[in-house]
Amino acid sequence: MPNLQDLRRRVRAVKNMRQITKAMKMVAAARLRRAQERVTAARPYTQKMMQILGDAARRAPEYKDPLLTGHQQNLGEGENRREHVILALVTADKGLCGGFNTNLIKAAQEFLKTNTGSDVELVLIGRKGYDFFRRRPVKIRREHVGITGTGRVNASDAAMIARGLIEDFKSEGNRIDRVYLLYNEFKSALSQRPVVEQLLPVGHIEETGNAQPETLVDYIYEQPASEIFSELLPKLVENQVYHALLESVASELGSRMTAMDSASKNAGEVIDKLTLVMNRVRQAKITREIIEVVSGAEAL
Amino acid sequence: MGSRIASHSPLPTPHSLLTMADKLNLEVITPEKLALREQVDEVVVPGLGGELGILPDHTPLISQLKTGVLSYRQGGENKRMHVSGGFVEVASDRVSVLSDVAEKPEEIDVERAQRALDRAERRLASRGDDIDFNRAELKLQRAMIRIQLGGRG
Repeated sequence: MPNLQDLRRRVRAVKNMRQITKAMKMVAAARLRRAQERVTAARPYTQKMMQILGDAARRAPEYKDPLLTGHQQNLGEGENRREHVILALVTADKGLCGGFNTNLIKAAQEFLKTNTGSDVELVLIGRKGYDFFRRRPVKIRREHVGITGTGRVNASDAAMIARGLIEDFKSEGNRIDRVYLLYNEFKSALSQRPVVEQLLPVGHIEETGNAQPETLVDYIYEQPASEIFSELLPKLVENQVYHALLESVASELGSRMTAMDSASKNAGEVIDKLTLVMNRVRQAKITREIIEVVSGAEAL
Repeated sequence: MGSRIASHSPLPTPHSLLTMADKLNLEVITPEKLALREQVDEVVVPGLGGELGILPDHTPLISQLKTGVLSYRQGGENKRMHVSGGFVEVASDRVSVLSDVAEKPEEIDVERAQRALDRAERRLASRGDDIDFNRAELKLQRAMIRIQLGGRG
């Protein structure tokens, strides 16, 4: 029979835990709302940039840039060449957010498994991914820790990461063939999904936005379209990284909110169960004492 | 001209589409947010090849920007803003500025800019091989513009 004192202590402990998980849930919910607002606030820039980029692409169709089409000389080398790939993995800096980091790491391992034919190097954004992979036999190129820690992302941090990746892609004698970005896409507070996106080469520029033929404007280009284009391409990559970070943060907060919600519920269940046992023990004790008194009286 | 459209039509008549607009819709957008959306009479942006003054009914135009001051006139009032890099697009009385940075004078932290200025100057003066000259130069420019703009309040 469990001790009454111990049971009381456990109930108190679980109640404390529930208080913490509840508070974390509230904080995550508030931050999630702000994170979503930030995703929305970033949209006009992306739209406008894609529109200008689409127009510049139309103006300079002959423009070639390795960022856009990849390294031409590598394509010529055929089947014998091992491809070099960078995978930039965006995880969280903190835990206690359900399966968020686990799912990402699993997806990254899956990526490594399916790409055994090429040399994959990792760029790790977020402490959790770094902590996992630094003890494993994979090549880590760089890590960025502490960028998403506070639940907000600066566009300048994202730009810094993106410039690093562009630098990787362009340097070392064009060794790197592709750069991928793996992050959690925010679908809703309840569901997030790891996605792999090809960051470089950019490939085809979609003419998104309101590019209906009749609204096409004949712009005067103050600089040559190709120059605008080459200036915009890195910005596009920066923007993509920024967007991925925003989505990742929103996903992390959503995931933490759900995880902490179910943790609070579980704590409630545990408390109910323990209280029940506690009451039973107390009742049993009282009954036993009455029996003792009664049988003692009878014996007289 | 507008005879084919009934007079009670809520659609704008061709005539009204042809009238000269007397206002520009200015938008300043950074990667993080829409920093400014105003109806203005005139905009001057720091184009890469020099200052570009834009009045209503300007020809469609795309230009790169450099670090500098964007100013716009609203009625009799002149307002200024710090922008750094990016692009301007002018199309049908819409001026869209895409920039990495967009700050109003009251948002600028002059002390911080002064520190950044000192740092950038020291870096440029040290002439080390390990420094990124362009970035230091850009930082210097930004700091100078910030101080110039923020100092006036």
